[in-house]
Amino acid sequence: MFGLKEYRVAQSLDQADQLLHEHKNNVILGGLLWMRMGRKNYHTGIDLSQLGLDRILETEEAIEIGCMTRLRQIETSGILDACFGRVLADAVSHIVGVQFRNAATMGGSVFSRFSFSDVVTALLALETHVHLYRGGILPLETFLESSPQRDILVKLSLKKKAWKTSYQSHRMTATDFPVLAAAISCCEDRWRISLGARPSRAKLATKAAALLPKKPDAAQIAAACDQVVEEMSFGGNQRGTREYREILAKVLVKRGVEAVCR
Amino acid sequence: MQISCDINGKAYTRHIEPDLVLIDFLRDLGFLSLKQGCDTTNCGLCTVWVDGTPRLSCAMLAAGIQGRQITTIEGVEKEAAAFGQFLAAQGADQCGFCSPGFIMNVLAMERELTDPSDDQIKHYLAGNLCRCTGYAGQMRAITLYLGARKGELSCE
Repeated sequence: MFGLKEYRVAQSLDQADQLLHEHKNNVILGGLLWMRMGRKNYHTGIDLSQLGLDRILETEEAIEIGCMTRLRQIETSGILDACFGRVLADAVSHIVGVQFRNAATMGGSVFSRFSFSDVVTALLALETHVHLYRGGILPLETFLESSPQRDILVKLSLKKKAWKTSYQSHRMTATDFPVLAAAISCCEDRWRISLGARPSRAKLATKAAALLPKKPDAAQIAAACDQVVEEMSFGGNQRGTREYREILAKVLVKRGVEAVCR
Repeated sequence: MQISCDINGKAYTRHIEPDLVLIDFLRDLGFLSLKQGCDTTNCGLCTVWVDGTPRLSCAMLAAGIQGRQITTIEGVEKEAAAFGQFLAAQGADQCGFCSPGFIMNVLAMERELTDPSDDQIKHYLAGNLCRCTGYAGQMRAITLYLGARKGELSCE
């Protein structure tokens, strides 16, 4: 069980940032779901729940998701459905249960860079930017490649476009981590193919996406699926071998592209 | 540190350690319906409502409930007993260890969803595990209970 010497409710982002850097073992609290399973002793846990960061807001050009927004809010949001289809709802809806999703936060899910993350896989397909308190605004791809920093993920912004989307995943049992996850999007004639739980961190298959025209035929989809396996690395763990994931990748990407085309 | 909150309509103020989790706080106060069936935030046995929303009390700091309303099954005793009759009538209540958390999530579902389909019920309750049964009895009990609440059926 983890330990915490102090608990502070931040009254501003400035104060949260100050507290975070006061002690090397201070930590921003998210949903606590992952942290409570560890054995680390922290000094101060910093609670951001009073800062109004638990909202999904629509601006002219983007949808902004505060870091304390819970996964259940993502699942039931009409704004997200209207802008991005069911891709985000489908990505989070298999994660454990409603009570878990009422606790898990978007900030915690993204900042932790979990390799098994359904959330990150879906966000990558949607031109997402990460807003860090100190580190500024970064494309999600850049953030995922960077090494962990002591910073606060304030919000995510997702560009509003005429997206068509699909989320596909394969699980050994319901509510388990995915063996492999794929998010596919298309806007005009530009495709994005994101693959997560490979089992390493989610990544975009850019060369495969570039092979797809606006309305691909079966041969073009098959070529893109082959390219996905060519350009991305897959590995093995207790949920599946590298070979199994390579086969799954072709199936999930094919299903996703076909769903977007329908 | 000191916290004040409302539990089942009664005000409580207590001194706690910063890393005390909610389930331990509530069990220390005598709410022994709460169980912990796993160490991985997966089983749903510890479900309580925080401001009316179902949450896992094993994965929430007691410090985080300052000023909030907590509901355990002891706070919805009549409703829980009514649904419990349907569970018993269908033979779905076996060892009973998972029942308090399960019932709390069924009652939360009833408040959140209108006329849920079987798939919606299964989806909402996927985070509540039972190791005695295959969930068929629970599904029959829920369907009959929701029907009865609309005045269509009895638990028999």
